Amino acid sequence: MDFSDVFNFSDYDRLIPLVANSLWAGVLLALVGGLIGVFVMNRELSFAVHGISELSFAGAAIFLLFGLDVVFGSVVGSLTAALIIAVLGDRSKDRNSIVAVLMPFGLGIGILALALYPGRAANKFGLLTGQIVAVDDPKLASLAVISAIVLVSMVVIWRPLLFATLDSEVAAARGVNTRVLGIVFVMLLGLAVAAAVQVVGALLVLALLVTPAASALRLSKSQLWVPVLSVAFAFVAMIGGILLALGGGLPISPYVTTISFLIYLIARGISFIRGKLEVSK
Amino acid sequence: MNSILQVNNASLQFDERVIWQNLDFEVQPGEFIALIGANGSGKSMFLKSVLAQQKLTAGSINFLGSKVRRGSTDIGYIPQHRSLDAQLPLTVFDAVRLGLDGHRFGLPLTGAKTKALVTEALIQVEADQLALKPLGELSGGEMQRVRVAQALISKPKLILADEPLSALDLNHQQVVSELIANQAKKQGAAVIFVTHDLNPVSDYVDRVLYLAKGRYSIGTTEEVMRFVLFKQKTAYEIDVVRNQGRIVVLGAHDHDHHDDEEWA
Repeated sequence: MDFSDVFNFSDYDRLIPLVANSLWAGVLLALVGGLIGVFVMNRELSFAVHGISELSFAGAAIFLLFGLDVVFGSVVGSLTAALIIAVLGDRSKDRNSIVAVLMPFGLGIGILALALYPGRAANKFGLLTGQIVAVDDPKLASLAVISAIVLVSMVVIWRPLLFATLDSEVAAARGVNTRVLGIVFVMLLGLAVAAAVQVVGALLVLALLVTPAASALRLSKSQLWVPVLSVAFAFVAMIGGILLALGGGLPISPYVTTISFLIYLIARGISFIRGKLEVSK
Repeated sequence: MNSILQVNNASLQFDERVIWQNLDFEVQPGEFIALIGANGSGKSMFLKSVLAQQKLTAGSINFLGSKVRRGSTDIGYIPQHRSLDAQLPLTVFDAVRLGLDGHRFGLPLTGAKTKALVTEALIQVEADQLALKPLGELSGGEMQRVRVAQALISKPKLILADEPLSALDLNHQQVVSELIANQAKKQGAAVIFVTHDLNPVSDYVDRVLYLAKGRYSIGTTEEVMRFVLFKQKTAYEIDVVRNQGRIVVLGAHDHDHHDDEEWA
């Protein structure tokens, strides 16, 4: 292997326009993933994200096999998983076991559908590991619609969802329908996962929906700065990942996940040093 | 004076199991009622009925003249202390403001009016210096202060406190009891205070409500203790003891929510 396979920036100016759609998709996903991630962390749904993404993959693979719209298949798979998890997994213990049961099933169905699919192999593995030139105009349009739905809904439910997350008993006493709100949130999470699967692939969704928020929570406890930092970190990982991947013509996921991971390490380092400084004060 | 809460022959039953039966009493404005009873006697269920989260099997409960409904801002609710997820990106200020408008849709943007109300509520519980502290860094006693401020900020007419002293040390039990009682008195709010130990609240209690196996008693501490002694003589069940002036409910140290959930 030559190192220039991984980082290669010749012809860069001619390559950028080719991934314009991917870059736009990256901006949308950073916004959606960064914001949703804050509640994923606080409602302890990290594992559920993984479960939803495997079913999203299965949905996309089945739709691909039958020549239907892949994004739509992804959404169908995601929402099915989200609904099952939201309705059956009210308690975190139940939820974990349900996710653990769904995950391999989804992955298995998806792999079966891909194995039966006669098309090119690159299309197949794009769903699992993401691909750089996968975002055509219709796909970008559906990503924009999904993102808009998620963002607008999140703005509407933000305050009561925060209340229910802080203390569901007190929120319920004030008339917040915590159960319905919890289900609505997991459904929105499902939509966000379906969107993310299109670009980073089902196996790596967590790097976008969990890692940025986890990094932000290491650095701040402000209800304003945590979402802002989370979106910023997701943005750097997504856009940085796409631009780096462009050079080598490789899948974008390893770049996105590595940047995301490095940000997390730095955030941990900063919070560790801060803790030390506070003790020595 | 008009009573603020009327409990009219209220009964709650799950299948064959009677939780309580024909509860019939009124609560006056500013009154402090201690609610005691063994595990599973339906103390939390009673609070849930007042919050309209639990349907009665029979009878009715009226609050401020009309049938109880969900989400009244005239009721403040203080839960028992549980340690919070240290990750939560919320400060003391944010938590208290949710007591004001957390049930409304939208983003929690803060104007000058909201800020003044939150600061006022924090000063009432002597926690204004904590305003910018993340919730995850609070001690149990501090957290309960914040919950009191969260319940008081909407200026409720009735405060429901569900074992607010559990998991607190003796000193903080005194402090939190005093805070709830005094602030409620100042605002003219009635309090229904679930506890398994009458001592920390003995100075503030106007009446005691005692729930026991489908039966109940309400009255002064002395009246209720007479009922307790009579019941224990006849039923050989000892769930409340009085030792050197201290009245404690036995077997109620654990929260009874879990039992309640099983019946529901």
